[in-house]
Amino acid sequence: MTGASDLGAVWLTLRLAGVTTVILLLLGTPLAWWLARTRSRWRAAVGAVVALPIVLPPTVLGFYLLVAMGPNGPLGQLTQSLGLGLLPFTFTGLVVASVLYSMPFAVQPLQQAFEALGDGPLEAAATLRAGPWDRFVSVVLPLARPGFITAAVLAFAHTVGEFGVVLMIGGNIPDKTRVISVQIYDHVEALEYAQAHGLAGGMLVFSFVVLLALYTLNPPRRRV
Amino acid sequence: MRGSVHLLFVGVFLVAAAVCARAEQVRVAVAANFAAPLQRIAAEFEKDTRHKALISVGATGKFYAQITQGAPFDVFLSADDETPARLVADGAAVADSRFTYALGRLVLWSAQPGFVDDQGAVLRRGAFRHLALANPKTAPYGSAAVEVMKAMGLLDTLRPKFVQGENIAQTMQFVASGNAELGFVALSQVWQDGRVTGGSAWRVPASLHTPIRQDAVLLAGARNNPAALALLRYLKGDKTRALIADFGYELAPPP
Repeated sequence: MTGASDLGAVWLTLRLAGVTTVILLLLGTPLAWWLARTRSRWRAAVGAVVALPIVLPPTVLGFYLLVAMGPNGPLGQLTQSLGLGLLPFTFTGLVVASVLYSMPFAVQPLQQAFEALGDGPLEAAATLRAGPWDRFVSVVLPLARPGFITAAVLAFAHTVGEFGVVLMIGGNIPDKTRVISVQIYDHVEALEYAQAHGLAGGMLVFSFVVLLALYTLNPPRRRV
Repeated sequence: MRGSVHLLFVGVFLVAAAVCARAEQVRVAVAANFAAPLQRIAAEFEKDTRHKALISVGATGKFYAQITQGAPFDVFLSADDETPARLVADGAAVADSRFTYALGRLVLWSAQPGFVDDQGAVLRRGAFRHLALANPKTAPYGSAAVEVMKAMGLLDTLRPKFVQGENIAQTMQFVASGNAELGFVALSQVWQDGRVTGGSAWRVPASLHTPIRQDAVLLAGARNNPAALALLRYLKGDKTRALIADFGYELAPPP
């Protein structure tokens, strides 16, 4: 029931979600830290920009990315002048899009975890003469661990569930941009309902298991 | 004051009721390549008959799935002849209503002037990164494009450069935005007043692929919808046929 092209789509999707999650944790941690600690007047604006993909339809993101990354767009001219070529229809292009698209799902749990820390533990560590890096590694990371787990799981799962943006900038290339959700859409359009069921059922089970694991291992903190 | 507001509402209601009584609505599902012509036709249709056409644009395969699941459409203008035939076989469409409203023409088009020559030799040179076409599994213009490349003996060389649009409109958007240097699209998308509107194009000879017969069909639920019947009649009229030809389609002999 599952053909080679389906397995290719699964593998591609896992790679895309994996790369995106790693990048989001690397970029998202300092950003979330800044959002959690800053008193800058830009805080609200930056927080709003990070949250935009939650409310924007994927078509908006897909449309702007297609135009911006195209030969006449600012991003496209930048990547061309750097000798990288154009990003639409490439795996790299999908990674860029996914990082933007899943950003709030990584940054917001981290930000909440950092905010919940408060100043106490950090000040205590500072009085014990822990340097900033030491404080981050031995105090912040362990205390904010649930936040990191939630961020990683949600960023990964949300990227796996991406459809509209990929459809608009992907070009449906086997093993490069044809992810599971697009493959399912193709099967449905071609009336291959059996194959569509195979993948769609898999996605349903995967999503449920991921969320179940998240809520079991890492129950959402009760808020006051 | 309040009384006059009430009167106003009653008046509006009466006018609306009167208009509705005469003018009916027809809900049309149309393949993406025929969206622009249908919008023009619908405007004329509304002027001539007072019936209103509500147009939904999409991919033929998707409409098939939706219609068999009971989507509320009255008339289906397909990009092929197989899908309407299958709908008839499924009992979802009326058999004797089916007819070919247009024969599609394929064009290899680039937004850059001078990029595509009028023999399609650009395909042999292969000096481009992406060639856009509609998904050949689901879109008739996509499978016609594959046939053309096969006939030229270029299918395997060009396949790695394929980028596929979900339908012909999205394919056009890949090419128009310059993200794909060139692509196979419907002539109707780049044709106006007897010439290609911009960029550069090769009008693919119809002999290189199976004819793209685009059939219209009345859907089963609309047997008694006067607006749907009127629209199908209207599509066969001389005025509409001339308009369809203006958009770069060939015409089947009058039914």
